[in-house]
Amino acid sequence: MVRIIVCVKQAIDVTQIRADPTTRHLITLDASRKINDFDKNALEEAIRLKEKTGAEVIALTATSEDAKMTLREALAMGADKAYLVRDSSFENSDTLATSYVLAEAVKKLGDFHLILCGEASVDSYSAQVGSRLAERLNIPQITYARKFSLEGDEVIVERTLEDRYETMKAKTPVLVTVTGEMNEPRIPSLMAIMKASKKEIITWGAGDLNISAEKVGETGSAIHVTEVLAPKAERKKVLIKGESPAEIAEELAKALIKEGVVGR
Amino acid sequence: MKTMSQRGEVWVFSENRDLMLELLGKGSELAQKLQTKLAAVLLGRGVEKGAKEFMGYGAHKVYVVDNPMLENSPSEPYVSALTYLASQYKPEIFLFGSTRRGKEFASRVATRVETGCVPDCTHLSIDGNGRLLMGRVVYGGNAVATQFCRVNPQIATVPPRVFEKPAYKERQGEIIKVETKLEEPRTEVVEVKEIEAPKVKIEEAKVVVAGGRGIEKKEDFKILEELAETLGGQVAYTRPLCEDRKWFTDWVGLSGHKIKPALYIGCGISGVIQHVAGIRDSKIIVAINKDPEAPIFEIADYKVIGDLYEIVPALATALKKLLKTG
Repeated sequence: MVRIIVCVKQAIDVTQIRADPTTRHLITLDASRKINDFDKNALEEAIRLKEKTGAEVIALTATSEDAKMTLREALAMGADKAYLVRDSSFENSDTLATSYVLAEAVKKLGDFHLILCGEASVDSYSAQVGSRLAERLNIPQITYARKFSLEGDEVIVERTLEDRYETMKAKTPVLVTVTGEMNEPRIPSLMAIMKASKKEIITWGAGDLNISAEKVGETGSAIHVTEVLAPKAERKKVLIKGESPAEIAEELAKALIKEGVVGR
Repeated sequence: MKTMSQRGEVWVFSENRDLMLELLGKGSELAQKLQTKLAAVLLGRGVEKGAKEFMGYGAHKVYVVDNPMLENSPSEPYVSALTYLASQYKPEIFLFGSTRRGKEFASRVATRVETGCVPDCTHLSIDGNGRLLMGRVVYGGNAVATQFCRVNPQIATVPPRVFEKPAYKERQGEIIKVETKLEEPRTEVVEVKEIEAPKVKIEEAKVVVAGGRGIEKKEDFKILEELAETLGGQVAYTRPLCEDRKWFTDWVGLSGHKIKPALYIGCGISGVIQHVAGIRDSKIIVAINKDPEAPIFEIADYKVIGDLYEIVPALATALKKLLKTG
């Protein structure tokens, strides 16, 4: 049977992030966590393949946080198994370190045909973990997929670049990163959510994977963050008023001419 | 303080020529700060003649790998050539163009040479310790993170049009031809479909009139197009109109085009942060929305609370009148 590993990240819900207007520091602690949007597209594609031809779908997360809820969501969507690789030593890992942990976890999971990842995560948007993971596993990769099919031991993927769509072929095992264009992820039914809550989430720590401490977390990361600040927002916020649309439009037009941004 | 001989070079690479020139501009500045040389990397088949141009835009050196296997920039031959060059010549800083392919190349090379990579940088500078400080937008446009890489090469990717193309000047430089064994491609491109490019790139438009979910039917974009035409500008879309309603293919926002026109007019756009991240650097932002609570009003210079179906045509009329007489 086709074995598919879907890498899932528990991301910060960026719509809930607020910043202190004076210090521009972010308030992220109370922002809730959720399954990364593009990882849902990856999961959906894996589950569709499973429904069509039969496959085993494994959701995999590596994190320093409790990500059980995220994996429950993956199970509710239709993943067969969920693995949480969690260790406090993973905190502040960059993509170099995270891809190392994922690669070790994939090796322990054994043979597979496909790894699907979201093109990027909605919070950090670095779009690197998929590419790095494929490198570490020494398998081919196709990034930014919008259409996908598996035919025998070959994947056929159409991917989106800036100026063209490329249809590419590669032999399995292969890693594919998936864009939001690929599909519309399903919303699990209540029944599916109930069933998922009873499934086991297998948890591995750094020790279960023989992870070297110097390759993870702050020590194992090449990238260090010096500051994270909300961007400066200095806008005029002038409300244009008027009795009628025509009057409002004329006021606005005058203001824009005065700004020198219209006309020659 | 390290002396010049100890400093590695600043390198730039992109498979996209325009982006390459922008990287050379920024790279020059960084190399000067570090008192080191700027080098361009040129890969392909029969490409050596391009080296002269890169020198004219500031490269002291051009590393050329000329090999038929590099035609049409297939991934594995490219990644293996870039990795070989980086391991052999040990640059201090390596900037890649942030196209989708460029980002993949950068991530892969960074993994092979075991270093970090900061993607989509909008700010690059050298700190007091001679390290590259890399600024980028994170959290869906809610923040700018400043990062550094403690391993060389310090790899960053840079999106198009963040930095200016430098002036061209006839200059001499050194061409270093490198031969190395390349990896065979592991993927095969079987079909290419061009995406029809708009006549003017949205990033280059001085005025952008953007429409969002408040537009009920695709045909209604007519009224936005008319306003854009009046202003010599372009129409743009939000992601839901492309991905959910499938009306268009490219959107403005964090995951799409990032624009900084002189004037942005958002019509029926609520202003989710992912969209705002793509328009934040516009000089003047106008928001037209029925909902007074729409978040876009928080980042607008001029706010119109009203029906876009009434305001937009009226604005086109008013501008036509005023610009003609004014």
